[in-house]
Amino acid sequence: MVTLMGVAVVLAVLPLFLILGSLILKGASSLSLGFFLNRPAPVGETGGGVAHAITGTLMIVGVAALAGVPIGIAGGLYASEYRGTRLAWITRFVADVLNGTPSIVVGLLAWTWVVATQRHFSALAGSFALAFLMIPMVMRTTEELVRLVPDSLREAALALGYSRWRTTLVVVLRTALPGIVTGSLLAVARVSGETAPLLFTALGSEYFSFDLERPMAALPLVVYKYATGPYPEWHKLAWTASLVLIMVVFALSIAARVVTRQRLGRND
Amino acid sequence: MTDHASAPPAIEARDFSFWYGERKTLHEVSIQIAPKAVTAIIGPSGCGKSTFLRCVNRMNDLVVDTRTEGELVVEGRAVYGSGLDLVAHRQRVGMVFQRPNPFPKSIYDNVAYGPALNALVPRRALPEVVERCLRRAALWDEVKDRLQAPATGLSGGQQQRLCIARALANEPSVLLMDEPCSALDPIATLKVEELIFELKQDYTIVIVTHNMQQAARVASRTGFFEAGRLVEMGETQQIFTAPRNERTEAYITGRFG
Repeated sequence: MVTLMGVAVVLAVLPLFLILGSLILKGASSLSLGFFLNRPAPVGETGGGVAHAITGTLMIVGVAALAGVPIGIAGGLYASEYRGTRLAWITRFVADVLNGTPSIVVGLLAWTWVVATQRHFSALAGSFALAFLMIPMVMRTTEELVRLVPDSLREAALALGYSRWRTTLVVVLRTALPGIVTGSLLAVARVSGETAPLLFTALGSEYFSFDLERPMAALPLVVYKYATGPYPEWHKLAWTASLVLIMVVFALSIAARVVTRQRLGRND
Repeated sequence: MTDHASAPPAIEARDFSFWYGERKTLHEVSIQIAPKAVTAIIGPSGCGKSTFLRCVNRMNDLVVDTRTEGELVVEGRAVYGSGLDLVAHRQRVGMVFQRPNPFPKSIYDNVAYGPALNALVPRRALPEVVERCLRRAALWDEVKDRLQAPATGLSGGQQQRLCIARALANEPSVLLMDEPCSALDPIATLKVEELIFELKQDYTIVIVTHNMQQAARVASRTGFFEAGRLVEMGETQQIFTAPRNERTEAYITGRFG
């Protein structure tokens, strides 16, 4: 039995190391400071980087988080604090369905609602799609964590004359906050690697752009473009860009854990 | 008996009944609770004593699908009347729970929360209020050097006295205590009981307890609940030495069941 579980653990962890290993093997050689600072070089020239895609990903994901995280937290609070009401049940059900929706479908939705109505691709449409993906994730984590807040704390606040919503905001949310921050950061990390919803929303670009109303580069899009392109140098760049992308996601995940540990440590 | 009769009761129930869904947990309870005195409510588990207490500050509102009949009046206001300002009502009627439940914040913040929220005093007066209430709850000397430390680091007995300080800071006139010592060791229990004895000069205190010695020690009047009914109510000494009802006698002599 123990051996079986051991094998299972190895099988579960192995892909991570395989991915990391091949990324480092194939991508690390092209990793240089210039890769983080420069735009892509024309085909045939060496050097060049994905700086435009790094700033693009940060902007698209950042805007998505600004919209998605608060909505997700509010929805999760409602679903948990008003458990038993019909609306809470519907909210939870919709979140579950949305959680299982393929990201490309969400991308299509963003295309129909934003790109088609505005008649041009834009980073904002990409953020819209990513926010949509983030909301159910943040909602579910929030709900789970808020449920862990003991009822005795709610009672304590209510008995002091706190109104229901004030109890929710001041006591319940504050108590569950460290976990919610972690959950939100993990959701941000998850959507940072999404490619499909960005393909026909943010579209991608070769240039630096900080205009949300226009197409913008993003790391997953760069990987997609370079990996499917005809030139061997591009393939190499795709590996390196993948490595950068996974480093960004890793950094976010680790940040999430560090934040949790610090907050919890202070509360104990 | 006569001095109680002269002042109007702080809490009065008239044929008060309470339902959780289909289950009737309080049956036509009529009771008068004197102001500025300690009244104990005793009875076996599930007799409705906690339910009654939680009706007084409408803590049962958290449970969906409850219903009441009859009247429950606190200091002249109908608790289940339509015109009741629930926030103001709960500020006047403080509560201490069975398990100490300090907020996961600093000792200082726990006491300052109520008065800050209800804007009872200007913000700059808060430190004074916190000190006064912690002194009143006999906790000041133990925590004065670590007011910013997390409240959850205190011992169980200290946490419970902190919860009492928190309730006092809200300037209530009535204090409800739901088995406040059941999670405490004997020494902590003794301290809380001394505190209750001290507080009765200024507050109307209703204490629900499983512990009959405790009722005998702190309360001037005692009511005995059984199966959702108030069986007997009287001077504590009379209830424990010469109960009029045979059910009461069976309970206090331990021949219950």
